[in-house]
Amino acid sequence: MSLYKNVTSKPWEYSSPTLGSGPESAFDTPSERIALTLFLVVVSVIFSLLTVTYYLRMDLGDWVPLTDPGLLWLNTALLIASSVLFQLARNASQTDRRQQTRTLFLAAGVLAISFVIGQIVVWQQLAATGLGVASNPASAFFYLLTGMHAAHILGGLWVWSKTLLRFFGDNELQDLRLSVSLCTTYWHFLLVLWVFIFAVLTNT
Amino acid sequence: MAYVPIADQDHELHDPHSFVTKYIWSQDHKVIAIQYGGTAILVGLVALVLSALMRLQLGFPDTFSLIDPSAYYQAVTMHGMIMVVYLLTALFLGGFGNYLIPLMCGTRDMVFPFLNMLSFWVYLLSVLILMSSFFVTGGPTGAGWTLYPPQTITPGTPGHDTGILLMLISLGVFIIAFTMGGLNYVTTILQARARGLTMMRLPLSVWGILVATVLGLFAFPALLVSAIMMTFDLTLGTSFFMPAIMAAGEQMDYNGGSPILFQHLFWFFGHPEVYIVALPAFGLVSDVLSTHARKNIFGYRMMVWAIISIGGLSFIVWAHHMYVSGMNPYFGFFFATTTLIIAVPTAMKVYNWVLTLWEGDIRLNTPMLFAIGFVFTFVHGGLTGLFLGNVVIDLPLSDTYFVVAHFHMVMGVSPVLVLFASLYHWFPKVTGRMMNETLGKLHFWCTFLGTYAIYLPMHYLGFLGVPRRYYAMGSTDFIPESAQALNANITIAAIFVGVVQILFFINVFWSLRNGKPAGNNPWGANSLEWQTPDTPPKHGNWGPELPVVHRWAYDYSVPGYPQDFIPQNVAGDFGVSEDHDHDVAKEEQSGA
Repeated sequence: MSLYKNVTSKPWEYSSPTLGSGPESAFDTPSERIALTLFLVVVSVIFSLLTVTYYLRMDLGDWVPLTDPGLLWLNTALLIASSVLFQLARNASQTDRRQQTRTLFLAAGVLAISFVIGQIVVWQQLAATGLGVASNPASAFFYLLTGMHAAHILGGLWVWSKTLLRFFGDNELQDLRLSVSLCTTYWHFLLVLWVFIFAVLTNT
Repeated sequence: MAYVPIADQDHELHDPHSFVTKYIWSQDHKVIAIQYGGTAILVGLVALVLSALMRLQLGFPDTFSLIDPSAYYQAVTMHGMIMVVYLLTALFLGGFGNYLIPLMCGTRDMVFPFLNMLSFWVYLLSVLILMSSFFVTGGPTGAGWTLYPPQTITPGTPGHDTGILLMLISLGVFIIAFTMGGLNYVTTILQARARGLTMMRLPLSVWGILVATVLGLFAFPALLVSAIMMTFDLTLGTSFFMPAIMAAGEQMDYNGGSPILFQHLFWFFGHPEVYIVALPAFGLVSDVLSTHARKNIFGYRMMVWAIISIGGLSFIVWAHHMYVSGMNPYFGFFFATTTLIIAVPTAMKVYNWVLTLWEGDIRLNTPMLFAIGFVFTFVHGGLTGLFLGNVVIDLPLSDTYFVVAHFHMVMGVSPVLVLFASLYHWFPKVTGRMMNETLGKLHFWCTFLGTYAIYLPMHYLGFLGVPRRYYAMGSTDFIPESAQALNANITIAAIFVGVVQILFFINVFWSLRNGKPAGNNPWGANSLEWQTPDTPPKHGNWGPELPVVHRWAYDYSVPGYPQDFIPQNVAGDFGVSEDHDHDVAKEEQSGA
């Protein structure tokens, strides 16, 4: 039954719906993917609210525009590469190439780790020029937004490391396929989010 | 479909083996629900004691000197925050949500049982962090439950250093716990319903919990963002919310931040939070009313769409909490309009509850009394909300007892009455025993009349201009002496209602041992949780076969059927038509 038909039906009229073989589900997709999608919506809300406060705070007078460190471009490239490798790992997992999936999956995570290290270097560079968290609102927002994004990458890496451990165990590829696919979705999302944040931060 | 949800997979994986895995590190939604509920009620009792301390101070300022002004503000803050977030949200969604979703949806458990367990333990952690603020130097924060900057951070506010930090951390941890639980509830309802249980056949309890959870998932991020930014202001010295300000005769190290920005963020969470508490209450009370009136809920689809539209509208009314902060008149006009519009679906629900009772075969037992009591208090609190939704009326009343009376009526008393209705209603399923009716009715009448004795006079005090948030009133030209007599009466009523709640706990503990055995379906209810093979339901809920659903949850008093209810898992067409003629049903029953 389609979702529309479902919510417009008159439940008091007796009519047995065509019973499927399993439980009723609104979407023909694994529960894990539904939960991840919902979680990504929650994360989007967090970052949209941060963006709104960023622009509101910008208008309050004491805003000192910030020149973004050039290293951010390199970090962006690292994150793009990470996302691409995740996609390749996902594609490999679809065609039953376990060895190749594992290698690509590992490399993608390592690139994401180097992105986080790159962000830490950016913070150090910024701090070295005398711009701390409390220096002015623009720098405060820079640390806040990049920090929140990095925290989400770290959360993703935690899930990634658990999946990676399962790759080195005896697990069949088909048991790992969903995890690889969900990691890929998450990384694509974080990449889009990062590009958005980068654009917002550049626009001071 | 090849994919099998976890709820339907082989459950050997997390079958409990020892006492510890069965009752402590349990992944069974029923045990987690009881853990959630127990913790929430315990922490709610702390908040109840705090309100007694406040009322003694307000009613008899010269007799009782239990608390000084700082302790008064700490009590106000902790009372509000605990009641709204740690009691009501946790008990409705963590407690009832956890218990009822898998049972009402006919599944064996939540789709992510481990995440569910984690959700409870993280919630417990947030409660412990919050409680620990009572024991640190300076005590808990006294900034008011809205935590408005700058006074949350400026010296002079109690708990301005450690207390507020613990509060912010605790809120952050709570939000993590809620998100884990919430993703689970929504996914379970969407994906794992029993065969034949379409969305429109769900009991309204599940609809209320579903929409409230979605609201929570969208609204709590605003609180998280404001908590993180305020923690930055507090510990790292940023100026997101803190303006340049003098405190205790010294210039503080802040510059240029906007307290109003915090208010917007806070109320973007704070208003939907009202409905995060109210929507599950709406749902649960609908099921209690329908079951004990032996009638289908009036206007089921209207009820569902009302829940959804209230949920949507709740995101565009937040600034009505900020009229006194000052805003562009056009904004005020916009938010007043949306606030009044939200009364439309809400009123539809009230009409439908009343029409459900109309010509019903009403059983006036304890859960039903609490449910009907809720309709009264909710109409009452809702109507004063219409007053306050208008800018011109809100401005003079905003800082008076009128607002205290309004939000306690609509958001304190009403949900709590539903909580009691639901606790009395589902207690037989949870424990297998009935609660004592005499004690229950005594508890109801004392609570119901007692709360009116508290809050009706408060409206009047508010019209007189008695200000809220004051530690002691002193004497003014515009408030007559008699106002203090009324205030003292309110305190007596409040203490009475607080003490009377002991009846409920006596009843619970007495009934656990001595209550009448309930059987599987003591109320003759239709929804799936009453059709389990065992009461209380065993791990896995359903025995070897999952239930198959053939009808909606409200086939009560159907003409031509030998009993006055048809459980959802009973197959067959019994000539049910749109217009259930109740009297015919009864006559045919008595003839049969």
